[in-house]
Amino acid sequence: MTAPVKDPVKKVESARESFFKRLTRQQLFIPLAALVLLVLFNLIADPSFFAVSIKENSLGNPVLSGNIISVLDNASELVILSIGMTLVTASSGGQDISVGAAMAIAGSVILRLVCGGQVNADTMHMNLFLALFIAIVVSMLFGAFNGTLVAYFKIQPMVATLILYTAGRSIAAWINNNELPIMNDISFKYAGTFLPGIPVPTPIFVTLFVILLFWLALKFTNLGLYTQSVGINASSARLNGLNPQFIKLLTYMILGACVAVAGFLRVSRSGSINYSRIAENIEMDAILAVALGGNALGGGKFNIYGSVLGAYVIQFLTTTLYKYDVASTALPAYKAVVVILLVVLSAPVVREKLTRVKGRTPAKAAKEVS
Amino acid sequence: MPKGIAVDKQGRLREQRVAMSDANLLLTITIVVFFLLYLSAILFLGGGFTKGQTFLNILNNNAPLIVLACGMSVVMITGGIDISVGGVTCLVCMVSAVNLERQGGNIFTVILIGLGIGLAFGVVQGFLVAHLGIQPFIVSLAGMFFAKGMTTIVSKEPIRVTNEAFLAVKETRITVPGMGSVNKLGQYVPAYVEVGVVVALAVVVLLFCLLRWGKLGRGFYAVGGNNQSASMLGVNVRRTKFLAHVLCSLLAGLGGILYFLHVGSGDVANGAGDEMNAIASSIIGGTLLTGGVGNVVGTFFGVMSLNTIKRIVSSLGFDEAWWSNITVAAMLCLFLVIQSIVLLRKNKK
Repeated sequence: MTAPVKDPVKKVESARESFFKRLTRQQLFIPLAALVLLVLFNLIADPSFFAVSIKENSLGNPVLSGNIISVLDNASELVILSIGMTLVTASSGGQDISVGAAMAIAGSVILRLVCGGQVNADTMHMNLFLALFIAIVVSMLFGAFNGTLVAYFKIQPMVATLILYTAGRSIAAWINNNELPIMNDISFKYAGTFLPGIPVPTPIFVTLFVILLFWLALKFTNLGLYTQSVGINASSARLNGLNPQFIKLLTYMILGACVAVAGFLRVSRSGSINYSRIAENIEMDAILAVALGGNALGGGKFNIYGSVLGAYVIQFLTTTLYKYDVASTALPAYKAVVVILLVVLSAPVVREKLTRVKGRTPAKAAKEVS
Repeated sequence: MPKGIAVDKQGRLREQRVAMSDANLLLTITIVVFFLLYLSAILFLGGGFTKGQTFLNILNNNAPLIVLACGMSVVMITGGIDISVGGVTCLVCMVSAVNLERQGGNIFTVILIGLGIGLAFGVVQGFLVAHLGIQPFIVSLAGMFFAKGMTTIVSKEPIRVTNEAFLAVKETRITVPGMGSVNKLGQYVPAYVEVGVVVALAVVVLLFCLLRWGKLGRGFYAVGGNNQSASMLGVNVRRTKFLAHVLCSLLAGLGGILYFLHVGSGDVANGAGDEMNAIASSIIGGTLLTGGVGNVVGTFFGVMSLNTIKRIVSSLGFDEAWWSNITVAAMLCLFLVIQSIVLLRKNKK
């Protein structure tokens, strides 16, 4: 391929091929391709899917409504989680499967604080931001627990987080004495629904804010570099003066903070909580988002924007499935098929075979021409 | 203390004391913990724990879990993991219930369904893990969600089985001599176990023999200990891993049949969290997550310890549902940390 090409026909061919190769080699190729496929499918099946209208919500405010808005809105928790999950995956080469349970804990803490222990509270007993701050601290402590098991006791991440996965929802129920507190104050629901006078759902702003924070953190600190070097080779990172254990612990704590924000958004959508159902199966979606974003699940290099895009694609898929009357309980079966397809396509063995098949055709064609 | 044979400087054979291997150490810890737990329960709580039937009831209630956990141990010995077993159990129960109630099936079709579903999951997951080299956790996570999703597609409503032939098998009680007790009226009540317990114990014995003496069983340990040296020794690594996953899912299918036999209904909540219980039991039983070390006898004691402590917690008055989960998690955490310390100590040497 490196030999100079004299034949103009061949030149065009190789340029086209290299463009295609360059395109498929892009990390964002898979999520973008998936997104385009989904959009095309919906355009052909029912163009009204993309309609956005202005409706009045229950409070009488004009708000935007439509499938696209609902995708952007409902993906918020997933996007925030997948950013944290990307860091954890990159540094420790494994995923945290306790995020759903940890979201239940964070939500439970917030409701307990703002309801002041009452089952049905009409006014807030604590400043919302203070409650959120405490929830973030609690969540980061649980993240530190996971991180300690992974970093210092060297337990596989998925197994270490299995502990919190098993106990998390029970702990969340225990925090509120197994009662289901309901917060009736409208201002509590601002974060999960709409701010008065603004027609765009608040979670979209929160998500943008979180993405901005991470963009700044990755641009102005060494977080990204250190995480990648620990993930690629922990012992050489140590020889270069990094503390791999601490970096791993740090990523789990950052995920903890993300979990708290996501849990807060989830409880403030309805002002109530159901311990066994809240954020059910979200860990699967978060892992899927990371994988879809083209990040290696074995750790190392990462791209949080890939994961963010992956998260939106997954929510797009979910919304599309809902539109065609797939029951929410049956959803995991469909998603599992998508996951398997994805991991099969990205498996090294399959990739090798695919490239061999792809490589053979142009070579044969070249022979025939000459 | 086990003895080893060493050759001294003069070339004579000598018996020598050697340190316990990690496998035996972990197994011993498990068995000791189980007996300590049960003894302390008898001493401090008394009551139900002194009766033989209480012990047998732990067996009756957990026969499916024993089978699941044994399968899990096999996969964990090869260095993998399979979290789809709870989902498979649930799916088997639901499909069996539908088959019995709506399609006029009988006990044999139920057995066929259970093993068939198990085999299908095993073949797909085993292929993905062994031949495509995908992480077992991701594969079986997808398997779990697929099984759970399929269960709700089959039926969302719980289905109670009324088939008489099936209920007859379900109610069959096998009397265990010498473990009965005298009730308040002075009558002797014989102790019993259900059919499932016999099957589960048979599985434990068969797997123990396979792992100890079978060629395949030794292959599991070899692959889990070190992939490369196993393949240099002539073990077909891919085939062994594939078979481990098939065996595990088959046992999950069998566990599903036993679960169905125990509860007698198909329900979306069946087998919920059983994958966690199975993993916890295996770990408590001394199976190392890194592979190469483990024993189904340990796993059996792991299941028993886990459920004894659950019973103790509930008889101490913490009978709200959440305590059981928290106990499992705490116990899992404790044993994981013990394992990790054992391994780290070994690596330092």
